[in-house]
Order: sequence, then C-alpha cells, then structure tokens
Amino acid sequence: MTATTPVTPAHVPAATTAGSSGGWGGLLASEWTKIRSVRSTVWTLILFVVITIGLTALFTWLTVANWSGPNAAERNARVIADPVGFILGSGLGLGQLTLCVLGVLVITTEYSTGVIRASLLAVPRRLKMLTAKSLVFSALLIAVGEIIAFGSFFVGSAILHSRVPVSLSDPNVTRAVVGAGLYLTVLGLFSLAIGLVIRHTAGAVTTAIGAVFVLPILAGLLPGSWGAHVNGYLPEQAGVLIGQSHPQAGDVLSAWEGFGVFCLWTAALLAIGAYLLHRRDA
Amino acid sequence: MIEVRDLTKHYGEKVAVDHLTFTVEPGRVTGFLGPNGAGKSTTMRLVLGLDHPNAGTATINGKRYRDLATPLRTVGALLEAKSVHGGRTARNHLRFLAQTQGLPRVRVDEVLGLVGLQEVADKRAGSFSLGMSQRLGIAAALLGDPEILLLDEPVNGLDPEGVLWIRNLMKQLAAEGRTILVSSHLMNEIAVTADHLIVIGRGKLIVESTTEDVIARSTDKSVRVRTPDAARLGELITAAGGSVVASAAAAEPAASNGKDLLTVTGIPAARVGELAASASIVLHELTPVASLEDAFMELTSSSLEFGQHKQSGPDGQAGPAPVDATRGSAQ
Repeated sequence: MTATTPVTPAHVPAATTAGSSGGWGGLLASEWTKIRSVRSTVWTLILFVVITIGLTALFTWLTVANWSGPNAAERNARVIADPVGFILGSGLGLGQLTLCVLGVLVITTEYSTGVIRASLLAVPRRLKMLTAKSLVFSALLIAVGEIIAFGSFFVGSAILHSRVPVSLSDPNVTRAVVGAGLYLTVLGLFSLAIGLVIRHTAGAVTTAIGAVFVLPILAGLLPGSWGAHVNGYLPEQAGVLIGQSHPQAGDVLSAWEGFGVFCLWTAALLAIGAYLLHRRDA
Repeated sequence: MIEVRDLTKHYGEKVAVDHLTFTVEPGRVTGFLGPNGAGKSTTMRLVLGLDHPNAGTATINGKRYRDLATPLRTVGALLEAKSVHGGRTARNHLRFLAQTQGLPRVRVDEVLGLVGLQEVADKRAGSFSLGMSQRLGIAAALLGDPEILLLDEPVNGLDPEGVLWIRNLMKQLAAEGRTILVSSHLMNEIAVTADHLIVIGRGKLIVESTTEDVIARSTDKSVRVRTPDAARLGELITAAGGSVVASAAAAEPAASNGKDLLTVTGIPAARVGELAASASIVLHELTPVASLEDAFMELTSSSLEFGQHKQSGPDGQAGPAPVDATRGSAQ
C-alpha cells in the first residue's frame, strides 16, 4: 500500500443507476453471493454427499452380504416391509448432520465474523434480509436434498436389488424419496433457526445435533406410552416419517402429519429467531 | 445531515449514551471526539440502526436509518469492529453489498480502484493487513457514492502513510459537499482534519463547536462558581471583563447542573472571590477548573474501567504540551 494512491472522485458512476433499488431480486442475488462465496458451504455440501452416498452404499451392501447370516431374520423383515425407508435411513441418518452444521453456519458466521453489521447496514429491514436468506438457502437445500435423496435411492436400490427389488413405481416410494429431499430442506431451515436464536456456532451446532439425536433418546426414557407419544412429535422423529413407504408399528403420526409437525417446529423456531433478530442489538 | 436528539442507550446498568443531542451539517468534516468508552461507537451504531436506543431519536436527512430504501446510497459507514468474512474475497464482499442496492457490478471495480485494492480484489480478506482491511472498509463505505459518511476511528492502528491517505480522502470527500462524521479518541488527530467538533464524555455532550473555538477554549482556564445569587455575580463578572460559559457545565456529573452553577472564563478564581466579597455574595464553591483539554484528558484517564492501559507519550498527558502540538499541526 502506498500513500501515493490517487484519490479520484468517488462521484458520477454510481449515480448512473440512481433510483433503481436492489429490490427483492438484488436481495436474493446478494444472499446467493454470500452463500456461495465461502468455503464452509462447499465443504459441508461435499461432506454431505460423500457421507450420505458412501454410507448408503456401505449399509445396503453389508445387508445384502449378511442376508442369510445369524440373527438376520428380524432385520430382513424390516427391510422387506419398507425397503425405501431402509435405503434412505442408512446414509441420511448420519449425512443429515452436515446439513445441520451448514444451516447453523449460514447465520452464525455472520455474527462471528461481524458480516451481520455489513448485511444490516445494507438491508436495515432485518426480516427482509432473513426472508431473502431463508429463500435462497431453501432453494439450495431443495436442489441438493432432492439430488441426494434420489441418488441415495438409486445407489441403494441397485445394491439391494438381488434381495429386495424396489422401484419408484412401487406404492409410496416416489413420495418417500421426494419427501426425504423435503425433510432435508426443512432440517436445514430448522438448523438456521437455531443458529439465529443462539448466534454462536459451537452452541448452535450442539443444540441442532442434540435436537436431532439426543432428544429422541431422552424421550425414550419417559415412562409408559408417554415416551412413545412425546417421541413421535419430536422434530426429527416426526420429520423422517415422510421417508418411509409404509408406517411402522408404534408410529403415532402418518407420513404427511409427521412432516407437518416438523414444519411447525421449524416455523415456530424461525418465528422466535425472527423476533430476536428484530429486537436484539446486532 | 445527521440529527441526534436526546439519544439514550443503556447496556444493563451501564449508561453508554446519555441524552445526547447534536447535529452534523453537510459540507464539512465533523470530528466526534471522546475518550475510549465515551459512547462514540455506540452513538454511531444507534444512528445506523444496528442498536436500538432506549430513548431519543437519530435521523438521517429527517429519516430513521431503517426507513432508507437503499441506505448505502445515502450513508456510508466504516465501523471500528470488523465486518468482513475472512474467507470471502474483497470483490465478493463488495459484490453482495452492491447487489442489495441495485448497484452495477462495475461499481465494485471502481471502488476497489479508488482505494487501491484492485490487485488483491480476488484474495481472501482474511489475508489482508490492517491497512488493507481498512481500505476495504472504506471501499464498502464509498460503494453507494453516499452523501453522508460515518467513520469510526478510521486511522486507528494505521501506519503514517495510511493515516495521511485517510486524512486526504476525508478532506476531499468533504470538499465534494458530503457530510462527514469521524470519531477519534485523540484530540490532536482530529484537530488536523475536522472543521467542527462534537466532544463527548461518559455518553454526554461536553461541547459542540468549531475546531478553532474548541482549541481556543482549551487554552483558557475556567473557574467553577456555585452561588445562590448566580445572576448578580454573573453581571459583576461580565462587568469585570470575564465571561460566563454555560455549555461547559454539561461536563459536570449529573447532580451539579443546577441554576446555582457558573463556569467563568477570562478572570482568575481569586478575582471572582474578590468580586463576590465586594458585593457580599455568598459563595458555596469556588474552584479553578482545568481547560477543556485537561478535562478531556481527565475523562480519558477516568474511563479506564475496562483495564486499558493509559495512553503513553504526549497524547496521553494533560497540560499545555498537547495543546501546543494541536495548534501547531492545525495551522
């Protein structure tokens, strides 16, 4: 840096487009620039693809390889009853964690780096900024989510084919695969909402993962039918129902009811996050 | 024009900004002076709508910041705290800001050129030196070609070349008719660039005047007088060639802003005492008070509540030396 850099007038050019505001188009483009221009987005999505497809292939292959092994009968019965649910659950069960992390990072890195100040100076209507961010992130999630849901299904069903043939034309299978992509989209928004409320990356990631993995375990400790009912209405437990072709014993909600409950959880958290964003100092 | 009216902000028990009122006029550099922790950054954050005030208003050309449709086209701000993602390139940082305002892509390249960052435009901001980061912050502030600029401690930590560059830039931007509010905790630094000064301490306004006037006043010693017969004593002092300054009273702690308080300049404390005795006026207090510069330094040292070190060198010392230095560099 030299002090001799000429200080030329800042005038003129910016004024050529004066009057045309960024509007919603500009706002969406801006949020898309933000999401795509940081490495964390790319890395978490690569991890998501590798973990999900990799584990789907691994678990379905292990299942086929041990089809006639000892103690396989009970598991085989579950796979035959709902092959699509088995395929989708095998990889996404763990792969979804990366989307929890991404959803949190999309908002918490704005706070940790201070970009939130630049963002809110540019768009002081905070809910407008949040809406644009959520829309852009949803679009990214639904594209990636559906591609991976269908990818997992095709990889898993090809491996499982010799034992349990399953195709998209079987009852409820297309709904389950499309539904898994929708579930992943809502899961990303669910995590974003947690990030918005907590604002710190570590705390928000822990909370999001806790909500997905730990809450069901805790609910299972409740006595009697209480446990089953509470468990059935937990965000992740209700949400994944849409990825099953057939209801399982003990399900308290149908596939779409479950997805609806998950959407309600997410909407409620987003509403709390939006309220806090509006009220709190940035 | 920036108008701040009765602005108040608490953080828990702590009062950061205390019924602050001032106006920043266009076409000149207004210095926003106060010790660290005086509430300068908080005031700027309140003006920019980042923090919500507990009371009072801050408006820009008569509107609240949040009511500006494309705020970056009206107001540019450089905050002291970082506001760039270290993993994002300079170009992408400016780009996402430009998109929110409907500014063309070419404008990003223009401001990068303006601040001399075009060669590192595609480098991640995390690799930037302090000087380069500051230039990126300035680029973001100038992006929308705003008529109003708020710069919070823009020369903090910069090398002499960077300091000179920012000073020249501010002067030029003001000459173009823009409204500029620049904060600093160093009187010497701000006196070089600012035409007008707003001095605050502990969130309160100490004085709002031209730089010339503030410097002149900072060399005058004043006398604080408390008397139940303030009006009569005031007349006597004026007749004896002294003057009674009201605004300096704002520097005092809240309890003493009664009508019985006078701040006298132009005549020494002994003379005030003699005048009072000759007219049989009761005095409750008669205190020679430090100059504005001294008062300012006193506030600086009393605001070290966050464990900061006292400023070393002539900047941190009270007394005549910094005042002389200020005058020398201002001329």
